[in-house]
Amino acid sequence: MYDLAETKDDTSLFEFISLYAGDQSFCIELNRIREIRRWEPITMLPHSPPFVLGVVNLRGAVIPIVDLAAKLGFPSLQPTKRNVIIICNLGDQVIGLLVESVSEILTVNLSEVKEAPRVKEDASNHAIRGVISIKEDMTRVIDLEAMMDLGTERALHD
Amino acid sequence: MSGNSIRDIFFQECEDLSDALTDGLNEMADGSGDSETVNAVFRAVHSIKGSGGAFGLEDLVGFAHKFETVLDAVRSHTLVADETLMPVLLRSGDVLIDLIEAARMETGVNQEAVDTTLAALAEFLPDEDEEPEEEFSFEPMVLAIPGDDDTPVEDEQIGFVISMTPARAFYEVGNDPLHLLNALRDLGDAKVVADMSQVPDDIENSDWENGYLSWQVSLETPSTEESVKAVFGFVEDLCTVKIDPLFKSGGTADVTASAPPDIQDVDGEADPEPEPAVKTQKTAAAAQKSAPAAKSKPASPPSSREAKATLRVDLDRVDRLINAVGELIINQSVIAQRIEDAGLGKSDDIQVDLEDYKHLAREIQEGVMAIRAQPVKPLFQRMARIVREVTGTTGKKVNLVTVGESTEVDKTLVERLSDPLTHMIRNAIDHGIEDSERRVEVGKDATGVIQLSAEHRSGNVLIEITDDGAGLNRDRIKQIAIEKGIISEDADLTIGEIDQLLFAPGFSTAKEVTNLSGRGVGMDVVKTAITSLGGRISIASTPGKGSTFSIALPLTLAVMDGMVVDVAEQTMVIPIASVSETIRPRKENIFMLGVDHPVLQIRGEYIPIIDLASALGHPCSTLAMDERVFLLVRTERISQCAFAVDGISDQRQVVIKSLEGDYGKITGISAATILGDGKIALIVDPDGIASSVSTIPPPRALAELNPTAEARHV
Repeated sequence: MYDLAETKDDTSLFEFISLYAGDQSFCIELNRIREIRRWEPITMLPHSPPFVLGVVNLRGAVIPIVDLAAKLGFPSLQPTKRNVIIICNLGDQVIGLLVESVSEILTVNLSEVKEAPRVKEDASNHAIRGVISIKEDMTRVIDLEAMMDLGTERALHD
Repeated sequence: MSGNSIRDIFFQECEDLSDALTDGLNEMADGSGDSETVNAVFRAVHSIKGSGGAFGLEDLVGFAHKFETVLDAVRSHTLVADETLMPVLLRSGDVLIDLIEAARMETGVNQEAVDTTLAALAEFLPDEDEEPEEEFSFEPMVLAIPGDDDTPVEDEQIGFVISMTPARAFYEVGNDPLHLLNALRDLGDAKVVADMSQVPDDIENSDWENGYLSWQVSLETPSTEESVKAVFGFVEDLCTVKIDPLFKSGGTADVTASAPPDIQDVDGEADPEPEPAVKTQKTAAAAQKSAPAAKSKPASPPSSREAKATLRVDLDRVDRLINAVGELIINQSVIAQRIEDAGLGKSDDIQVDLEDYKHLAREIQEGVMAIRAQPVKPLFQRMARIVREVTGTTGKKVNLVTVGESTEVDKTLVERLSDPLTHMIRNAIDHGIEDSERRVEVGKDATGVIQLSAEHRSGNVLIEITDDGAGLNRDRIKQIAIEKGIISEDADLTIGEIDQLLFAPGFSTAKEVTNLSGRGVGMDVVKTAITSLGGRISIASTPGKGSTFSIALPLTLAVMDGMVVDVAEQTMVIPIASVSETIRPRKENIFMLGVDHPVLQIRGEYIPIIDLASALGHPCSTLAMDERVFLLVRTERISQCAFAVDGISDQRQVVIKSLEGDYGKITGISAATILGDGKIALIVDPDGIASSVSTIPPPRALAELNPTAEARHV
């Protein structure tokens, strides 16, 4: 499996937050998440790709917000107060992901995370690193690195 | 502190010493210096050599030694700093600074330059350069201590009477008077008398750290007063020293050499028993106490040379402070907004307090910004070196005149201006100034003059490079632009437009590629660099008389005065610096040019109207043109245009928040800011907007250019 943690063995436990976007269940590693905020009106950015909604003020920092559904190729979400923004750390970059809702925290063994079975890669599945089965359903592990590409020329942080 | 900290301190001090060195050499060169100037230069070189030895920088020490020897000869009047020697001294100063820089960066140096300069110095060296290379351990560096230069009466003088009274601080940093006495004895026959009158009777219970002894030394020596003084060179402010000539008759003249306590840095590194930092203060206090005694001669050198007390602070700390202050300003506007929303009357006490808060916040901000402000002097000095370098290769004669060296600008600006200025200075010499014969032919002085000036003008810094050369050859510029396909052959351009061609990417007028300019990176890189600093550059040129390049820059990169406008239901900020006028248009002044190219008639001129919303890809405003507000903006692409916005809501200072870290570059937007209500507003980049709507090819992206630019400049 991928580099959830290089040194851990198969029995070590991982925590994920499961969420809904585009009517499917996804999950993100808990330790990559900085905070979860309610949807708030945002400032649009000109010439941005459709999945970039704009920027919000996070205590003085200007954070871009990505519509996860649109980024994954689903129809874009019409945000309301019920939706949430998950603020994630992507290395030196911080972005917010707009999702329908957040459901629960999953604690799983690394062995329970299965390779994503793929015949063909497209926008909707290339950002999925693996899958975890929960009861009747399956949740998809999001590759946050794939979220970093906002279609812009980004300056590196110092 | 890192393990390199002592090394860091050394290089920081070298920076100060280099400044003193350059200043002194320049004064010597323009004839404004006196004997003290030579001494200051000598001391700077000597201190660099001394500490360089401690770090095993042999090249540096070797060079400094030769340099110092020549300076010593100038100091003792065996050599005269005339037209032949002065250029060598200036060149040596440059090489020494290069060597320091090379040692700092741990890179190699231009060995050829070092060798030629060494050879040039050697020609002036006294024949027997027997003075053995001193062994250097780490010695405390004492910067720029003015001393006297009275030449003692030579006639019957056989030596000196030296009285020395070490202060408490002398012992605190681990000095031993015995070393000084031995050093004096090395100079000649010395009789030493210790004055024990100050020793307390109850020596058991006395303050044993204090110094109670003083000595009087009658030294019979052929050495100069300078070499006697040199013995005390490193304890000058720790020890009261009086040097009088000793005459054969046994009498002394009342000539006092004393060192005013100009304490810049009492370095504790030589202290075998390090003590906490308080020591420096004690030392200063002790030296101050000894000051009245030392200042027996009032004619100490003018205070202009005394450096102000400064504090070295890690830049990160300052930046953190600046960020925090930025947040404070935002917080202040948030509170102001909240109070206003709460519906309290204007006359309420809280409004008064709020106003105070606002002023305080602004004052703190200005204070913090001032910390980052630095004079442009080092930048200008670097340019003087460039001029020497370039004139050396081209053989042209050029004088660089600098004006307004003390003008302060943000540190980042000083750093980032270096490359563009270097390029422009090179251009001015290479393309601007004619060679001597040609100059004489047209009736100008054989030596060209380049003036580099800096001044504050209405919230901006204006830097101008003026040469008295041939001026721009506009026919040739146009011809080249046609050859390079930048403009079409039948283009009818105004003078201003032709001048602007210089900044077009890929434009270079040098007939041949010299190793100075014309290396494929041209003025377009200069312009991109200036624009990225939020500045603008313009040219004025008169054929035969010369050209002036003017650069206008914002004082700081962190805040900006902005006009808050509404654009397609979004709030945006336009830099006030680029808005020349705001207009409520009348219907009869708006005309259409084709289907959707509105133009505005103003004072008989027609200027294009740019709808800001549609230029930024937002849906067009529902308001009719004459219901909107126009902002008259000057940009690089379109010399004047009107931005149409829905309304102006405020004018305020905004803190610039980069978008490039977490998001990326956006065409037409330079950054973002946070408004009083906590919402984000984007800051419009008028030049970006104009280039995005204009059909003239856009300038190359900065990221594409800069690496090559940096690699090829310098």
